[in-house]
Amino acid sequence: MKTFGKRKLSPYAKDSAISYGLVTAAFVIVSILNSMGLVSSSLQGQLVPICCYIVMAVSLNLVVGISGELSLGHAGFMSVGAFTGIVISGILETSGLPDVGRLIAAILCGAIMAGVFGFLIGIPVLKLRGDYLAIVTLAFGEIIKNFMNIIYAGKDSTGFHLRTNPDLGLEPTGRMLLNGPMGATQVQRIASFTAGFILVLVTLFIVQNLMNSKQGRAIMACRDNRIAAESIGLNVTKYKLMAFTVSAALAGMGGALFGLNYSTLLPIKFNFNTSVLILVFVVLGGLGNIWGSIIAATILTILPEALRQFADYRMLAYAIVLILVMIATYNPFLRSRVMMLRDKIIPKKDKPDEGRKPRTRRKKSGKEVG
Amino acid sequence: MIFLTNLINGLSLGSVYAIIALGYTMVYGISKMLNFAHGDVIMVGAYISFCGTSYLNLPAWVSVILAMIVCTALGVLIEGLAYRPLRGTGSLAVLITAIGVSYFLQNAALLIWGSAPKVFTSVFEKFTSNISLFGGELTITWEALFTLVAAVLVMLGMTFFTGHTKVGKAMRAVSEDNGAAQLMGINVNTTISMTFAIGSALAAIAGVLLCSSYPALMPTTGAMPGIKAFTAAVFGGIGSIPGAMLGGILIGVIEIFGRAYISSELSDAIVFGVLIIVLLVKPTGLLGEKITEKV
Repeated sequence: MKTFGKRKLSPYAKDSAISYGLVTAAFVIVSILNSMGLVSSSLQGQLVPICCYIVMAVSLNLVVGISGELSLGHAGFMSVGAFTGIVISGILETSGLPDVGRLIAAILCGAIMAGVFGFLIGIPVLKLRGDYLAIVTLAFGEIIKNFMNIIYAGKDSTGFHLRTNPDLGLEPTGRMLLNGPMGATQVQRIASFTAGFILVLVTLFIVQNLMNSKQGRAIMACRDNRIAAESIGLNVTKYKLMAFTVSAALAGMGGALFGLNYSTLLPIKFNFNTSVLILVFVVLGGLGNIWGSIIAATILTILPEALRQFADYRMLAYAIVLILVMIATYNPFLRSRVMMLRDKIIPKKDKPDEGRKPRTRRKKSGKEVG
Repeated sequence: MIFLTNLINGLSLGSVYAIIALGYTMVYGISKMLNFAHGDVIMVGAYISFCGTSYLNLPAWVSVILAMIVCTALGVLIEGLAYRPLRGTGSLAVLITAIGVSYFLQNAALLIWGSAPKVFTSVFEKFTSNISLFGGELTITWEALFTLVAAVLVMLGMTFFTGHTKVGKAMRAVSEDNGAAQLMGINVNTTISMTFAIGSALAAIAGVLLCSSYPALMPTTGAMPGIKAFTAAVFGGIGSIPGAMLGGILIGVIEIFGRAYISSELSDAIVFGVLIIVLLVKPTGLLGEKITEKV
């Protein structure tokens, strides 16, 4: 952390301050619109999921963009967080704790549990490279989904029960918390938009500070050139594992909030498609670009709703939009045309990197070092 | 005997995975992209064949050929429209585009054929009675037998094709070194299109075989076999054709044995668990090439 006050703010501190400000502004505007009744009910229902997906996208960006490893199993950590959160919230239901306290406890436990999973999974996964690493994350995601399908949990006056078969031997007054493939039912919906907003801020705080710390620069160095990073004495596995674990823990937080936003939740929700959906946010937003992730997550969560007027064709339209946007952003020919056009309209100034999507804020962290 | 029955079922399912995995691995070898839409081409192939037999009353073999033709055209079209504009821009951009294509195919199928599962009539329905051996103790379905035979034929055909024909050699050259192949006068674009065409035709065969054994046909039918076949391709070493065959068969056998002897709910977890263990021991898959790093 940098000292604020009389010393001039470092560029990254200014940057972070701007992003907190913008997120807060967005939250305030949406809240005001909401209280004035200007937000449609379908969008209202999307507010908490949007926050969750932002958290998911930013956390996945930490692995894919900043640490440079393709992960196809991010929904697995979301699942761990969600069901841990639901169980914790269910256990504390009768404890007399206020909703806020329960939500915080659920989110924290979800984060810890997912973090532990991330750490344990990360150890074998990060031994592999490239597409092999990607397939193993996919495999772990599927394994987590499979195991969530056979976990049964419940509580009664004798305490908490966890088994892999439905016969929990609960007292008649007991309550089933997790019901195997049926997932969690009768969940108290204690998630709120405010909680989602705070979670987004916390995620931003963690990721931005990590990115601009010594560890963050080490993580990026390992991504940019593994051998060079090793040769200057960086422990590549350690830094990659750090990014992976933090990312999993953040995904657990997002998952816990997501889980407590619905009254029923099926384990199958967190399948490969969800992992891919989050990956789409990250890639479309720009690798390593935190703001890109936030914007992409927001727009792509709203888009299927906004395309509702196309009725049955909306998912088809979504697919076409996705393909076209990818081609428009990445096609070398189109990109050079756009650049030329931009240079004609706005004469070149001293902004060498503008327009090209920077993979990270390498330029800025460079200044930091120098 | 139960063991033998399971083994045959496993080999048959594995053969389907192997045929799908071939498509994955060829496309990966030549353009270094994970074509996630491949699983959905299987589904399209199965639907076309279904329409051929059910609506047009075509004989089974004609409908299979029709499915292969449609899928071949589809594969070439997808490559030309969605992947070619992004060639050379890094694998992630193409990966996401492939996911977009996969969404597109699934939702187009949903619009055309609806979400209710169609009952796929097996293309081998002429052979009504199953093969009975050992006084009825061991029964083999004709589907299982034909799937195995088809897989063996496809494997022999592909081995011959990549090893001994001009186009096949061009494919190997392009996957080895794109630029050098171009300098040798190989048309890279045509070769890549050709690879997609063959991969998609194989996907159509796989779709028909898969749905003959597991007859519920839905827009999402191709998704899980697609992921499994992708796993199989990695299992055997992605980019390697014999690897894809071996990986596919092993994944199929492990899945059926896991379901029969350990737990039917955890069969997928077992498959993926074995994959993880194998990759940890042999990080580039069973028959994959060793990656050498250069400073």
